[in-house]
Amino acid sequence: MIDAEAELGRRVQEFLAAHPPAQTDRDRFLRARFEAGLAWVDYPVGLGGLDLDNSVQPAVDAAFAAAGAPDNKPQSNVIGLGMAAPTLLQWATREQQERWLPPLWTGEEVWCQLFSEPGAGSDLAAVGASARRDGEDWVVNGQKVWTSLAHTSRWALLLVRTDPTVPKHQGLTYFVVDMQSPGIDVRALRQLTGEAEFNEVYLDDVRVPDAQRLGAVGEGWRVTQTTLMNERVAIGGSVGSRETGPVADLISMWREARADRPELLDDVTRLWVDAEALRLASALSAQAAERGTPGPEGSGLKLAFAQLAQASSSLTLDVQGPQALRYDDWTEHRPDLTTPPDRVPGYWYLRTRANSIEGGTSEVMRNIIAERVLGLPAEPRVDKDIAWKDIPK
Amino acid sequence: MTELPSLLPHEVDTDLRDAVAKLLEDRSPIDAVLHRCDAPEPFGDGARALWAGLTDDLGVAGLPLAETEGGAEATWRETAVVVEALGRAVADIPFFISAVMATSLAQAAGATGLLRDLATGHEIGAVVTPFAAPFEPRAEVGLHGSRVAGRVSAVAGALESTQLLVPHPDALLLVRTTDATITPLPSLDMTRRVADVELATVEAVVLAEGREAQQAVQRAAHVSAAMLASEQLGLAEYSLESTVQYLQQRRQFGRVVGSFQALKHRLADLWTLLIQARAVARYAAACAGAEEGTAAAHDLPVAASLAQSYCGPVAVKIAEECVQLHGGIGFTWEHPAHLYLKRAKVDALALGSAAWHRRELAKQVDL
Ligand SMILES: Cc1cc2nc3c(=O)[nH]c(=O)nc-3n(C[C@H](O)[C@H](O)[C@H](O)COP(=O)(O)OP(=O)(O)OC[C@H]3O[C@@H](n4cnc5c(N)ncnc54)[C@H](O)[C@@H]3O)c2cc1C
Repeated sequence: MIDAEAELGRRVQEFLAAHPPAQTDRDRFLRARFEAGLAWVDYPVGLGGLDLDNSVQPAVDAAFAAAGAPDNKPQSNVIGLGMAAPTLLQWATREQQERWLPPLWTGEEVWCQLFSEPGAGSDLAAVGASARRDGEDWVVNGQKVWTSLAHTSRWALLLVRTDPTVPKHQGLTYFVVDMQSPGIDVRALRQLTGEAEFNEVYLDDVRVPDAQRLGAVGEGWRVTQTTLMNERVAIGGSVGSRETGPVADLISMWREARADRPELLDDVTRLWVDAEALRLASALSAQAAERGTPGPEGSGLKLAFAQLAQASSSLTLDVQGPQALRYDDWTEHRPDLTTPPDRVPGYWYLRTRANSIEGGTSEVMRNIIAERVLGLPAEPRVDKDIAWKDIPK
Repeated sequence: MTELPSLLPHEVDTDLRDAVAKLLEDRSPIDAVLHRCDAPEPFGDGARALWAGLTDDLGVAGLPLAETEGGAEATWRETAVVVEALGRAVADIPFFISAVMATSLAQAAGATGLLRDLATGHEIGAVVTPFAAPFEPRAEVGLHGSRVAGRVSAVAGALESTQLLVPHPDALLLVRTTDATITPLPSLDMTRRVADVELATVEAVVLAEGREAQQAVQRAAHVSAAMLASEQLGLAEYSLESTVQYLQQRRQFGRVVGSFQALKHRLADLWTLLIQARAVARYAAACAGAEEGTAAAHDLPVAASLAQSYCGPVAVKIAEECVQLHGGIGFTWEHPAHLYLKRAKVDALALGSAAWHRRELAKQVDL
């Protein structure tokens, strides 16, 4: 173990010597890092990794950061890195992985997720956008909604119905679609924060090669599970140090403003406590996963994360005092996702409302915990055994 | 990322937990505990048999002590495993009082002779402070040379004890229980009864003085608060598990009550609190058991107050929901839900309330 770590450290240093960050073009540097297997070290050799344990990744990232190396701006491609990559790793052909994964990791190609529809949100298996086979292609029609990053994406993960005559879970198929294809119309949706981070996407006779299907025809729901499981890991999972994460702004602002508002001390302390409890629970879950016994904690951590983020961002306004009434920018614009946004507390109060909706709502998380963890009876499913086309809409 | 200690159970922990659980199953089934609550005196034959099993057969009273102190050379981490198991069973024995509070205090004061006695379980120690107050030296006790006098109310474990440790602002003293007057009180938690302790100018052994005594009390207060979280975790685990089990079989309106979403969601919320309480309790135990000089050992005061800020209220909440979600049967004497409710509420008041610990924490972490 120690030897393996030292060997990895040597590899990183050798790489940095051969590609001095200051003198190397950013994209070229990142591509080379991918080729050297130092991108995500737990991925297979030849696909950006070295087949190592993912616990050594932080040390690798830290070594690159310390050398002043450019990073792949992970915030600008969250769906690609967090969800598309693991889905491709499990379901795409080696050739497709070699085509898609390098520019995905470097950030040259951003990915989005065309799952939700106006009629299919929590009940994702109810999607109605259709694909019809035509020679070597499929022809896709329908409307997707709430699609984050559709406007910056080159590729999309797409869930569509290929057979409306069978029950809803059985008639789905999963594709990768090129967002530059003719017939795709991306329209910005303005959010309650003022900005437009997500979109509605209209698909009008869009041709998708059959080769870009992931999983068998009718097996889309299984592939979707891979994506959704990784979504929850991506949202709930990370363990930073104390006072980072959802309470970071609250605590630092509190230390500046506390003399003016001492009455808020206990409220702030309560959230400090909640944040530390969630951090420790995330650490426990991560330690268990490393030991090969991943717990069912993911849904609970996501639920707690949403509650903490909302409570903290709300209390930050109380701490801020009179200035809390000022908002910075209501103009409709596309957020710059390459850097963490520098916005007023009021923005975060609004943005965190989404934490309990995106990636599965908190109510859905509670259903999952109750049924899959606690073993309580499942919700009645009136539409389970009837053909999708016969479900009342 | 700051290195956190492992929060997962080690293999020996699992063996230890199973051994204690087996003993509890044999000698302290919940109905027996319930029955013993009606006895006029605590710590009768049944509870003593459990105590003997723990201390003589398993030898867990001195887990965190060195061999020279009569101990097993393990740490408070392992003691936490025992405390959690005893919490699950609302065991009515003075393990927490003697093997945690008194032992941590004697250990911090370097009272080797006393530790050897406590480790055998043949002597039982109690700390003369009101249980529902911060673990601090008490001004009610007067010190005249090596003689102590005063009255301290609602002390836990005094009835079972043979030795009383008396934290005075200037010294830590040891008195034989037989030299004190112990007046039992009807107790909110009859599985851990409290009593008034009256010391009528009795001769005491001085275990530590001045600053040394103060530091010993402080260390013991941190260890005890950290370990109490494991008891609270055990209470909460059992209360939630039994509630889920009940709702899986109880039928009303032609369906299993646990199929109503309103209840599923409440239980999911409780489970989410529980997994966090578990992590907090494990961290506190790891800090209490960490080797001197490590980051975890240094963080004990924070971890202890964090534990009492979080785990106390979570255990109370889950125990209250346990009563509510059992309906009428949950309100009966016959059903054990009330034992957990009472213990959880008393534990939340013990060694400083959650609000008191939040204030401590705020000072520790500069809020
Ligand atoms: C900021 C943001 C970004 C998003 N990005 C994407 C994206 O990139 N790609 C994508 O495909 N989707 C995306 N979504 C969509 C998101 O996944 C859905 O909004 C979400 O799954 C909920 O679906 P819905 O909006 O249709 O609400 P509905 O499912 O209609 O829910 C309405 C209410 O009913 C509750 N509810 C629904 N079913 C149940 C049930 N069985 N039990 C109890 N309560 C229930 C919900 O919790 C909610 O409170 C995004 C959403 C947001 C807010």
